[in-house]
Amino acid sequence: MQTLTRTPTDTTTRPRLLGSWHAHHRSDLATHVAFHGALPIPNAAGEGWSASLGELIRQAGLTGRGGASFPTASKFALMRRSGTARTIVVNAMEGEPASDKAAVLLECVPHLVLDGAELLARALRAQRVLVCVPDVLDRTAQSAAHAIAERSRGALAPVAFDVVRPPSRYISGEESALTSWLDGRPALPRFRPDKSVPLSIGRAPALVHNAETLAHIALIARYGPGWFRECGTFEAPGTCLVTLSGCVEHPGVYEVALGTPVSSVIALAMPSGGVRAVLTGGYGGTWLGCDALNTPLAPAPLAELGASVGAGVLVVLDESACGITETARIAAYMASQGAGQCGPCMFGLPAIAEDFALVAGGAGDTAVFERLAHRFGEVEGRGACRHPDGVVRMARSALEVFAEDAKAHALGRPCEKRTSPSVVAYR
Amino acid sequence: MSGTTENASQETRIRVKVDPVACDAYGYCAELLPELVTLDEWGYPVVGSEPVPAHLVELAVRAARDCPRQAFLSEEIAH
Repeated sequence: MQTLTRTPTDTTTRPRLLGSWHAHHRSDLATHVAFHGALPIPNAAGEGWSASLGELIRQAGLTGRGGASFPTASKFALMRRSGTARTIVVNAMEGEPASDKAAVLLECVPHLVLDGAELLARALRAQRVLVCVPDVLDRTAQSAAHAIAERSRGALAPVAFDVVRPPSRYISGEESALTSWLDGRPALPRFRPDKSVPLSIGRAPALVHNAETLAHIALIARYGPGWFRECGTFEAPGTCLVTLSGCVEHPGVYEVALGTPVSSVIALAMPSGGVRAVLTGGYGGTWLGCDALNTPLAPAPLAELGASVGAGVLVVLDESACGITETARIAAYMASQGAGQCGPCMFGLPAIAEDFALVAGGAGDTAVFERLAHRFGEVEGRGACRHPDGVVRMARSALEVFAEDAKAHALGRPCEKRTSPSVVAYR
Repeated sequence: MSGTTENASQETRIRVKVDPVACDAYGYCAELLPELVTLDEWGYPVVGSEPVPAHLVELAVRAARDCPRQAFLSEEIAH
């Protein structure tokens, strides 16, 4: 996997999360502290300080960067109400195969992520921080472990940090799957009818945050909510990391202000041809056609199109690729990545993937399209986690955005690109 | 739990749910409650989220009790 980062050249936003990396290309603690200053935690970090940290996060309007865009302050308040969090879980699982941002953060600015986790641990009296890096990302895990060792030198650390290596699967990063694994069970999502009940490890509450969310917390604690809101929009303040891939000259992780039009964001990676569509959010995300690319990259404007920022994944498709064939491949991959727990997902996703393969293969008659529409309805909302819903969303948007391709193939003309290499990347 | 069947009064408003992880598509729920449960093409139950009509409450509670995987759930709706 590539961990390529570039300084945006044609945007006014200066990198925040990746600022120290762009300035010095060093990820060590001394560089980090010289750039950002020491972590602002008072010696007597009591109740008052904990409450004020929560207030800073609330004023900043930070939302989770893992995919759900849930208000970080609400999650924090829920934990404060439930007493103490025993464990802070850093989710760097990078379940989305087209996402590189957690790896980039832990390899370029690991201390920013660890600062965020330490702040939450001290504020919620958690004794330990578990940094979850998938078993396949050795370099990322080594970087995190090295940073932890640097921090524990010198001062007596009140919080114990550890790197753990859950299995690399699409659904392993889902937060209930992650806490299950940390609890000694398989890394499978749990059926949670009431999402306001905190997740737990060993019966003690655990707080799970995406690595990027934690890095933002480290900046907000230092520079304040006013600074955080200096870029982005009122509803969606701050920056976010996006991973650009597909038909682009410079794939990689970029930091952009929320609210930047999708077209300007993908321009950073230099699309190699005429852009036809962009897959937004992740493999369980939404295809946006070229007529929708002026949409701001932010939760509310994208939601109007049934799309989301998700994990910051943007896959560019140009005229050389077929959206139906790529979708058939993504659907088959997603079907293979399910947990195998819920029937509608276990049977429905392969069925949807096969229907798409039929369409790409020139055998998509009216019956196939009707069956697909029916299957979308049968699968949606019927899993313990959102995995099946994401696939349905992605597949549905593909039929809209690539309606021309679908029609052309349905007339008995198999897609010529079925045997060419995939534009979309898989792990 | 067994007392619930007898005590299921007209006022008890309940809703049914399926735990998708536990469900193994035995389909007993659909046999007992065809009014509330349909099966998808793979035999897994599809239920709505609206309250169970009063005359079906007793059957819904029984379906929950009899589900071999304890996947069919009936729960009281909080007021």
